[in-house]
Amino acid sequence: MTLDQLQTGRTAVIDFVGGQGALRRRLLDMGLTPNTLIKVIKVAPFGDPVELQLRGYELTLRKDEAAKITVTEMHE
Amino acid sequence: MSKLFALIGNQNCGKTTLFNRLTGSNQHVGNFPGVTVEKKEGAIRKQKDCVVVDLPGIYSLSPYTSEEIVTRDFLIKDKPDAVINIVDATNIERNLYLTLQLMELDIPVIIALNMMDEVRQSGNSIDVLQLEEELTIPIVPISASKNEGVDELIERAVKVAQKHQKPKRLDFCTGEVHKAIHSVMHLIEDKARNIGYTPRFAATKLIDDDEFIIDLLKLDEDEMDTIEHIITQMEKNLKTDRQAALADMRYNYIEKICSKAVEKKNVLKEKARSEKIDRILTSKVLAIPIFLCIMFLIFWLTFGLIGPVLSDLLTLGIDAAVGGLSTLLTDMGVSYWMYSLVIDGICTGVGSVLSFLPTITLLFFFLSMLEDSGYMARVAFVMDKLLRKIGLSGRSFVPMLIGFGCSVPAIMATRTLASERDRKMTIILTPFMSCSAKLPIYSIFTAAFFPKNAAVVMITLYVLGIVVAILAGLLLKKTVFRGNPIPFVMELPAYRLPTFKNTMLHMWDKAKDFIRKAFTVIFIAAIVIWFLQSFNWQFNWVEDSSQSILASIGSYIAPLFAPLGFGDWRASTALITGLTAKETVVSTFAVLFGTNSNLALQGALQSVFSPLSAFAFLCFTLLYMPCVAAFATSRRELGSTSTSLLTAAFQTGVAWVVALIVFQAGTLLGF
Repeated sequence: MTLDQLQTGRTAVIDFVGGQGALRRRLLDMGLTPNTLIKVIKVAPFGDPVELQLRGYELTLRKDEAAKITVTEMHE
Repeated sequence: MSKLFALIGNQNCGKTTLFNRLTGSNQHVGNFPGVTVEKKEGAIRKQKDCVVVDLPGIYSLSPYTSEEIVTRDFLIKDKPDAVINIVDATNIERNLYLTLQLMELDIPVIIALNMMDEVRQSGNSIDVLQLEEELTIPIVPISASKNEGVDELIERAVKVAQKHQKPKRLDFCTGEVHKAIHSVMHLIEDKARNIGYTPRFAATKLIDDDEFIIDLLKLDEDEMDTIEHIITQMEKNLKTDRQAALADMRYNYIEKICSKAVEKKNVLKEKARSEKIDRILTSKVLAIPIFLCIMFLIFWLTFGLIGPVLSDLLTLGIDAAVGGLSTLLTDMGVSYWMYSLVIDGICTGVGSVLSFLPTITLLFFFLSMLEDSGYMARVAFVMDKLLRKIGLSGRSFVPMLIGFGCSVPAIMATRTLASERDRKMTIILTPFMSCSAKLPIYSIFTAAFFPKNAAVVMITLYVLGIVVAILAGLLLKKTVFRGNPIPFVMELPAYRLPTFKNTMLHMWDKAKDFIRKAFTVIFIAAIVIWFLQSFNWQFNWVEDSSQSILASIGSYIAPLFAPLGFGDWRASTALITGLTAKETVVSTFAVLFGTNSNLALQGALQSVFSPLSAFAFLCFTLLYMPCVAAFATSRRELGSTSTSLLTAAFQTGVAWVVALIVFQAGTLLGF
């Protein structure tokens, strides 16, 4: 599945970061590297972007960008 | 001996606070050459000849944003004696990512480990000695907001610079990446040194596909092939691509050292608190109403409660000073035109713009609090979806909103936008928001022509401004600013109380900027307008301003406005003087009609305008190029005179077209 499909409150592991050029580099620089745990905190009032938590901080991404990140959902 | 320090760190890690602590109010703000990225420098207090430059807040040294390029260039070309790398202890993993890249540059580095107080208070710990040993960089725990550890930081930073103490460990890579980096390093060693880069940094950046470095190194085809071969081999063995491999290598190393040195037992108090605050401030139902309330409160305090009092006081002061000057000039027996130049020209012109100063300063006081508290990032988060449609991001929302108060602080506030493209678009679109200086024009016209529907007309004008901004945004997105917008990947920092010192310094900075402008650009503009108003083409003094050069220019361009319904020379003349400050439109009408009461002025206007042409005139005043103060600000922020002139022409063109449509459609519909 991709990160934009992950439900609010759920955690997943990043498998692959897609996208190109500046966007991709930015995502990697911000710590969205494979095997990183990532949690969806909330969705903005208008339905986009999403608030995420990873490596102990909060990050916001648009759904279009989140759709480029492949993840595996973690089950408790 | 003089020492140059560079202050580098992520955004939201307290860099500005630390900079203010290091320098006091002894700062100099400018732009980096060629780009509109802010460059602040200041002398370090209590140290002789030590200068620190505050570089932009960045997350990496890749060359993707102008901030990153500027930082890199500065480090390589200006060769600071030491880098002070500020690292947020509450967010150490991501912050160290930049540190690892700084280490590759092979220059002396010292880490200021900020917000250590928060880490300790939450019952967590960071083993500073262990971390120092791993990174081979001196680390000083500090709390910039509480001013703890800053003296020690200065002392040790100076030592690092004097001893030229560079990080010893460079090799945090392992396995395949290590192999690739070292092979490439070996190959390009000489060429890298020739252009002033360390082989290590150049090699990493080559593997990272950094076109900037590839061009600089001027590698021949053989070398390029060999390097490509090394990299593809690495990719094949690691089953990943080059960029991911590098990022992964750095984060793996960071995780390894953090697992030894960082103990995270509890969730940080600040983070827990932020989460609670956000449950309300960015919630589905309350986010927008709360935001509107906050903005309303800011506007009410600025324009309703405090602003007018301060403005009146300032006006009193200015009037007293002008009165004194007037007596002095009379006593000195200067010629009447000299008297008029100083009093009617310079004092009136600069004075009327200076009376904005309290408003602008107050708006900046509030804006700076919103920014420093972390709320601005939430506004961007909440509003992003709305602004995306016109190719902007949520970050542009607040500057545009401030535009309803005054374009000058609004344009200055675009400094917080990370992307150059977003920033330019915001600067162009913001003046379409109806600023408060246009209100006197609306009120006199609505009183004269729409006494029963005054509110409807005013609201229509405000909405028209927004609609035009949206349409103009769409147009720009499809033409000038085509191409991919910068991705919206933004950190939501924990909420923190803004420090008083930061807020005050920020406010003082902006006020200084505005005062400087008032005495340069606006000063000249006031003289020019005064000259045009007081002389005729034979350069003879005229008593009646209807004989002046200005009036004749007004008459000359008046036919341009005939299709819009207001071809009267007085209307076009008022539009020209309106450039000094928009409310001048009203006083110019009063002067040209020779009226001295509001009622008489209304009557005079009714003799020249019809209700429809009056409305078209209002639309034009709403949209045409902003006043000189705003123009000067946008010229500075855009960093180019030609771009800002084009912007003004675009705005005026839009105003003309809209007023034309309003008047012609209105005529057809029989209004």
